[in-house]
Amino acid sequence: MITRMIVSALGDRGSLVFLGLLGVAALFVALSNLLLPPGSALHVPIHIVALLGKYVCYATLAVALDLVWGYCGILSLGHGAFFALGGYAMGMYLMRQVGTRGVYADPVLPDFMVFLNWKELPWFWHGFDSFPFSMLMVALVPGLLAFVFGWFAFRSRVTGVYLSIITQAMTYALMLAFFRNDMGFGGNNGLTDFKDIVGFNVQAQPTRIALFLISVAVLALTYAVARVLVTSTFGKVLVAIRDAESRARFLGYRVESYKLVVFVVSACMAGVAGALYVPQVGIINPGEFAPANSIEAVIWVAVGGRGTLTGAALGAVVVNAMKTTFTSGLLAPYWLFMLGGLFVLVTLALPKGIVGTLQGWFAKRGEAKRVETSEPSPPPEAPAAGKAESAS
Amino acid sequence: MTDALLDDAAQKEAAARKASAKGSVLYLDGVSVSFDGFRALNELSLVLAPGEMRAIIGPNGAGKTTMMDVITGKTRPDEGEVLFDGTHDLTMLDEAEIANLGIGRKFQKPTVFEFHTVADNIRLALKGPRTTRSALFGARNRIPDDAIDEVLSRVRLIEHRARPAGDLSHGQKQWLEIGMLLAQDPKLLLVDEPVAGMTDAETEDTAELLREIATRHSVVVVEHDMSFVRALGVKVTCLHEGSVLAEGRIDVVSADERVIEVYLGR
Repeated sequence: MITRMIVSALGDRGSLVFLGLLGVAALFVALSNLLLPPGSALHVPIHIVALLGKYVCYATLAVALDLVWGYCGILSLGHGAFFALGGYAMGMYLMRQVGTRGVYADPVLPDFMVFLNWKELPWFWHGFDSFPFSMLMVALVPGLLAFVFGWFAFRSRVTGVYLSIITQAMTYALMLAFFRNDMGFGGNNGLTDFKDIVGFNVQAQPTRIALFLISVAVLALTYAVARVLVTSTFGKVLVAIRDAESRARFLGYRVESYKLVVFVVSACMAGVAGALYVPQVGIINPGEFAPANSIEAVIWVAVGGRGTLTGAALGAVVVNAMKTTFTSGLLAPYWLFMLGGLFVLVTLALPKGIVGTLQGWFAKRGEAKRVETSEPSPPPEAPAAGKAESAS
Repeated sequence: MTDALLDDAAQKEAAARKASAKGSVLYLDGVSVSFDGFRALNELSLVLAPGEMRAIIGPNGAGKTTMMDVITGKTRPDEGEVLFDGTHDLTMLDEAEIANLGIGRKFQKPTVFEFHTVADNIRLALKGPRTTRSALFGARNRIPDDAIDEVLSRVRLIEHRARPAGDLSHGQKQWLEIGMLLAQDPKLLLVDEPVAGMTDAETEDTAELLREIATRHSVVVVEHDMSFVRALGVKVTCLHEGSVLAEGRIDVVSADERVIEVYLGR
């Protein structure tokens, strides 16, 4: 039953192309870095591998966001918070691995605690010396926050722009909290100077390649889980809630349960993405909670095409590649204008985003072909103009 | 002394009402709702027998839609009693619980899931478990096509089953929504202005469809269109300013002077 669901969820052309391209690209990057000499034109230097790894983590965050926004209409402007919490959980593990190699060489306390004159580890830092426990926390902490937040928000029927505003407030509040030194998460500086991850040097080339490949695998897995969710009847109910929430309620669906489930799943996905992001960029600080980060994630999804999943991943990579290109050199001071302009342009010219527009184009061509080849047996149907994609 | 007599009379009246509540499918007693000082419903009382079809008429602002909102749990009454099947107190339940008890509702503006196909609209509406688990891996994923097609042929949309509901005409959307109600298989259907925006032929077909539905379900129809109400040929309740103005056969109600007055103005 479940295998059949997975096969039917991932057997469509979009999924096959996406997963195929992702796999080929990942193998190419890894092998080219390992096997080709640095002088070769096709050699991918290790700093680019790390950069691509970062993009892949962003793509995972974008898929998670698309699941709630594109399919259930929950425009979360605070998904960066779940990403950052997963990142902090990973950062705490990495800090505990430093051990006596820190500046103050304390076997238990991370450097910043010694610096603040703390004598013992705060209770919430216990357990993070264990890798399995930390990995559990990576998904559990964002999931728990999403559960508590969603429980109150969805039960009180907070929707639309009001929900967006309180998600924004949530990430902003967390940012302010994590900036405080006495929170016990390194304050302003955050967590950095990592040494090992499960015994391997985080800076070493093989570790970086492995982290990159694991990030790709997690993106593929996140995509697969999201696809299974949205192709099941569960996904149909989500879309029903997005387009006509009260209709779904009067049919007898517990709208708040559906929203809560998808919001928590999405938050866990975002947390895992954040956890893989941290060892690849080498630092996690409260800046990751900045509201602007969450808004940027929304732009990735909009550019790629919301409600498509593949588009979200593509949008994250495209926008971040542009960011990397344009934030260095001549155009650097104008990047934020370009980002804003891009959002306006996509909203006006490509309201369905890159992938959404392509899908519409393919669908139209497929229909035209069918009409040409088959007899005029299917009744001529009204053109799908003004199709029902609500803009909420 | 007089107090005691009054109490006695009140008790007797309450007992009589209780008795009428027992055999009813829907029982409203003294229901009042105010919005910012405006009394949308004013001590409204209404009893619907099992299997009965009732038409509710009344000018704009008479409280017809508010009454539907109270019955379906969208609006909580300030006071009064709302019972379903004589036992379930609807004022304590929310929309989903009430829907799952067996009350279906069609909105004034046709509300279907426009992004989904016609068949999927029915699939989501069909009676059965509606938990997240059943939708993920359970029974909701194993609904046979026959069950969907049966409903679609009843509302004459079978040829359109694969089309997105958003592509349907206004009248077809009204019918799809009625089809979704049928798929829910509720004991009581609340139908708000089913023929608004329909052609005369569609209106006639809809009246026929509703009469057919009424053979198996209790139905409350809210409608402005008098000729449609006439075509239904059922007991009529006229609301005005949140309470019942007149009740009875359509020719009796439409001949009532007070009814004529509220419809035509003073």
